[in-house]
Amino acid sequence: MSDLTTQGHDSHAGDGHGHEVAPARPGYSPVADIPHSPRATDTDPRMARRAERQVAAMFVLSMLFVVLFVVAYVAIDKTTIVYIPVMGEVNFSQVALGFTLGAAVFLIGAGAIQWAKKLMPDVEVVQERHDMASPKDDTNLAAANYERGKEESGFARYTIIRRTLIGALALFPIPLIIMLKDLWVPGPLEQGKSPAQILSTTLWRKGSRIVSDGTYLPVKATDLPVGGLISAVPEDLREVEEIEGNLNARGKAAIILVRMQPDQIRSQQGEGWDYQGILAYSKICTHVGCPIALYEQRTHHLLCPCHQSTFDLADAGNVIFGPAARNMPQLPIGVDEEGFLIAMSDFEQPIGPSFWERA
Amino acid sequence: MKFSRRRSPIVATTLLFGALVAVGGVYAVATSVQPANAAVSAGRETQVEEGKRLFLEGCSSCHGMSAQGGENGPTLIGVGAAAVDFQVSTGRMPMGAPGAQAPAVNPPSYDAEQISAMAAYVASLAPGPAIPTAEQYDYADADVARGGELFRINCSQCHQAAGQGGALTQGKYAPNLMEAEPKEIYEAMLTGPQSMPVFSDAQIPTENKKEIIAYITALQEEPSPGGLTLGKLGPVTEAAFLGTAVVAVLIAAAVWIGIKAR
Amino acid sequence: MTTTSPIEKVGGGAANYVDQRLGSNKFLGRNLGKVFPDHWSFMLGEIALYSFVVVLLTGVFLTLFYKPSSLEVIYDGSYVPLKGIKMTEAYASSLDLSFDIRGGLLLRQMHHWAALIFVGAIAVHMFRVFFTGAFRKPREFNWIIGVALTTLALGAGFSGYSLPDDLLSGTGLQIARGIMQAIPVVGTWMAFLLFGGEFPGTDFISRLYSVHILLIPGLILALVTVHLMMVWTQKHTQFPGPGRTNDNVVGYPLMPVYMAKAGGFFFIVFGIIALIGGLVTINPIWLFGPFTPDQVSAGSQPDWYIGWLDGALRMMPNIETTTFGYTISWNVLIPAAIIPGIIFTALALYPFLEAWVTGDKREHNLLDRPRNAPTRTGIGVMAITFYSLLWIGGANDIIAITFDLSINSIIWALRILIIVLPPISFVVTRRICLGLQRRDRDKLLHGYESGRILRLPNGEFIEVHQPLNYKEMAVITSKTDVAVMPAPVKTDADGVANKLYLVDKLRHRLSSFFYGENIPLPSAAEIEAGQHHAEHDAAAEAPLAAYEDRDELFNAHGGVLHHPGMPMTNMEQVEQGPAGTSH
Repeated sequence: MSDLTTQGHDSHAGDGHGHEVAPARPGYSPVADIPHSPRATDTDPRMARRAERQVAAMFVLSMLFVVLFVVAYVAIDKTTIVYIPVMGEVNFSQVALGFTLGAAVFLIGAGAIQWAKKLMPDVEVVQERHDMASPKDDTNLAAANYERGKEESGFARYTIIRRTLIGALALFPIPLIIMLKDLWVPGPLEQGKSPAQILSTTLWRKGSRIVSDGTYLPVKATDLPVGGLISAVPEDLREVEEIEGNLNARGKAAIILVRMQPDQIRSQQGEGWDYQGILAYSKICTHVGCPIALYEQRTHHLLCPCHQSTFDLADAGNVIFGPAARNMPQLPIGVDEEGFLIAMSDFEQPIGPSFWERA
Repeated sequence: MKFSRRRSPIVATTLLFGALVAVGGVYAVATSVQPANAAVSAGRETQVEEGKRLFLEGCSSCHGMSAQGGENGPTLIGVGAAAVDFQVSTGRMPMGAPGAQAPAVNPPSYDAEQISAMAAYVASLAPGPAIPTAEQYDYADADVARGGELFRINCSQCHQAAGQGGALTQGKYAPNLMEAEPKEIYEAMLTGPQSMPVFSDAQIPTENKKEIIAYITALQEEPSPGGLTLGKLGPVTEAAFLGTAVVAVLIAAAVWIGIKAR
Repeated sequence: MTTTSPIEKVGGGAANYVDQRLGSNKFLGRNLGKVFPDHWSFMLGEIALYSFVVVLLTGVFLTLFYKPSSLEVIYDGSYVPLKGIKMTEAYASSLDLSFDIRGGLLLRQMHHWAALIFVGAIAVHMFRVFFTGAFRKPREFNWIIGVALTTLALGAGFSGYSLPDDLLSGTGLQIARGIMQAIPVVGTWMAFLLFGGEFPGTDFISRLYSVHILLIPGLILALVTVHLMMVWTQKHTQFPGPGRTNDNVVGYPLMPVYMAKAGGFFFIVFGIIALIGGLVTINPIWLFGPFTPDQVSAGSQPDWYIGWLDGALRMMPNIETTTFGYTISWNVLIPAAIIPGIIFTALALYPFLEAWVTGDKREHNLLDRPRNAPTRTGIGVMAITFYSLLWIGGANDIIAITFDLSINSIIWALRILIIVLPPISFVVTRRICLGLQRRDRDKLLHGYESGRILRLPNGEFIEVHQPLNYKEMAVITSKTDVAVMPAPVKTDADGVANKLYLVDKLRHRLSSFFYGENIPLPSAAEIEAGQHHAEHDAAAEAPLAAYEDRDELFNAHGGVLHHPGMPMTNMEQVEQGPAGTSH
């Protein structure tokens, strides 16, 4: 590699543009033959000393900020709030630690950069590139060795060996892939069911009492005025969550109850699925599954915040805008003997996002 | 030819700007004058009568002569005193200009006494939610954390998890809650104004309403632990900050490193 | 000979010690003086690298406190509005980091800001490489590695911000699962396997954790190493300029200048990230609350680098087909799987496509000015326009409440714009580039217009054209004129039919489209003549430079050029006599 040695570069003082061109030194690339004007720090020793002091000052400041960081860490209580203009009331420890750490680290960098810019030579040097392709000799040697190796291995000759080797290598990844099957171990209630089947049923049954989410109190029809909205779940949800130790049932069974004047209901997904103007719809969007409870009381529209699918709850939950393709599943409801709202059956279509097996 | 006293081109621009400011200022002052309220008529009228008079003057053009509603405004029969108190105290009503939604306006167009009168009148038309008592929205002992849970179940899907407001369809919006007063919040839940659903005391009992109010108040008063908040609107404003300030600073640093020192 | 300090003696001894075992002095000898070109746009990749290092460092700290567990606990930390609330350990430990561990929130925010900067820097770096043609031979592999790194960075970000298990990111996970489920045939099985059952299950957070701290960083580190090694051995490209050719590198040596600048820049990026992490809030998870699959917040968006996918999902019309009892959700697959798949594949293959179209097999170490490759620049701007419109779609509800607009109108506007605006931006960009090329040619042939009007002694007014200085000359003349692929013939001279006729014809057409309209450089003689002509103007202006007092030159009183000693007032003029009689 000759690109680093001097290449007979004439060192000439001055290149017609009025300044020195440094000669090449061993291990140092030759200076590029282009005009170069000196910096203030090159010509004026005072400026150079000033630059040196600047750089040193930055490093000293950095050290100072480290000290301040330690002080802030030790002295400031983690709950102290302080008022800073523009930022408002902020956590003092957070802001102090961040500022001191940031300043300390930044100043190291700034100092190094300033050092390079002002004091290290800014004369551009040049290095030759060489073709990436290897020299002919190397290529020939590689080819020759390859041929020899191939011949000696007999790979081409021993057909049976070759084929069976390929077979073995092709098969060996299979155990690694197959062992991923138990990423999902079906629970006791899921045995023998396919994912599609599991996705198609929820906790709701005929007679499941509807309770308000958060308070878990059952709902009477009179509790919900026209224009009202209740987020609701089945009564046995908390029990199921205790047993299963996860939120899966909630993710499918969450519903919303809305009430409108019976004559405002233009259509439903089933005859008489409402109760005196109260409608129950799934709370999981049929697009890609975000919970959806943004109910516009006057227009009866349900808007999903994720991708703005809009459903008309007065019209069988049909999609009126946005990327959802299917209507919001409706849950048929009625009342039990005590007058509390109950589900009359499970949903008659899978709730939530579509999937392949969904007919 | 000498042009020493040539009029600067800035003069015309300044004059025009000044004229615009003057006209705009006069207009703003003129339209901000409170609608002249007719003096209380001679002789004493009951609160309901006063309310009816105010209603006929300022509300009947949209809500109908007997508050039965019309093309431009829903019926007020059965909305209750709480609805009137909410709508008029927050300045939403009377609606200043047609639009997707009536924005809150400060200060409201009527004073407290007038609002009570109008509320009494509407309450007299049919039973409806009453104005909550101070005890009902006294949230001093309420559990803030429980309020947060209920807020996230019932409110955040429209008003956003930090109460910054959210978009509804066709240009409507769920407003930002950072200036909402406890009574307003209670009334809004109770009456379901504009697009907001109704959350009656049967759906969310008073105890729970207090908790929600306590949580919203906590959101309003909360300091920002992390520094400048960027609006609490989530990744979009964070990205806006990144794409402007941060990128500018980093590229400025890179340029500084590259340029030749003088 | 400089005196060696004790440290240097030890250092030298250490170097020899290692050299005797590894032969490292040979490497040092060859590489301590390695030349790196200096331009600020070459530092964009460095920003990505350094922010990745900060991500790693802060991430290690976070792993010491964060618990990747879906076990339900009751929160009992400092943040009052969540006290007593049931949540997963993942969320609780993230809250502890934010409120109860000193410096915890700082490091969480630094980690997140650094991640955003990482992906942003990758994007800007990629644009720089694209628009300057740095992906051409011999750097195509590096480009592909770059595309792979981009994908990994997106995965790292998505998996990372989903770990705290807050309401916002959990909604994002639900969306990801919904997309997975929509995949035909295997979708439901994939979803169940990955999540260990239904959503949300209790396995996903810990699985995401191992992907986020082990798999993806490992792959990124490996690929970044290969990426940098390739840059090292192939040497960095450089912008055209004085002294720079396709066969050299002009710049500064590794030691000391480049070490200082690159090392310093690391600290600068680190420092800026620390400052932002301390002073600007990001991902305030305490405001969103713990994740549960039946709650949601208005204004739910993913982090910015996934925002374009969200926008694509929002803008897509609701097409779904059901055949023979099986559902294909085009409304989900097209924006979330098919379009991104096409984009990333096209991106990865672009260097090969361009090489095939242009027939350009040369090694390129000198960067293209974007104007010299108008079609490539147009394609890039078109892609950025497309991406930006998708991104705006993802933010449409925030835009709606900020600017009082309707989300429905925004979506409709974007649906139309995304079809109309990219082609328009392509055409406009191309035209601008060709216009700039024409200006360059004019500059070569006539010098550049200085804006100074000169009246010659014979009364003629001219605008002074200045000859280009050596820097501009080097940059403009660096343009390489690439020949268009020749039009194929159906049968050659010997009557043999060209089997690849259609392919060659397509190639010819594409090639003409790519470079066909390029304005060729004038010949060396023409350039010489042009610069000479400009020098005439400079000569005409020369006498003015003779004036010692430049103020006089530009102080035109009533349009008259004022010489020293000229009368300033009418009275003076009357006293002094007619012009020319006094000096």
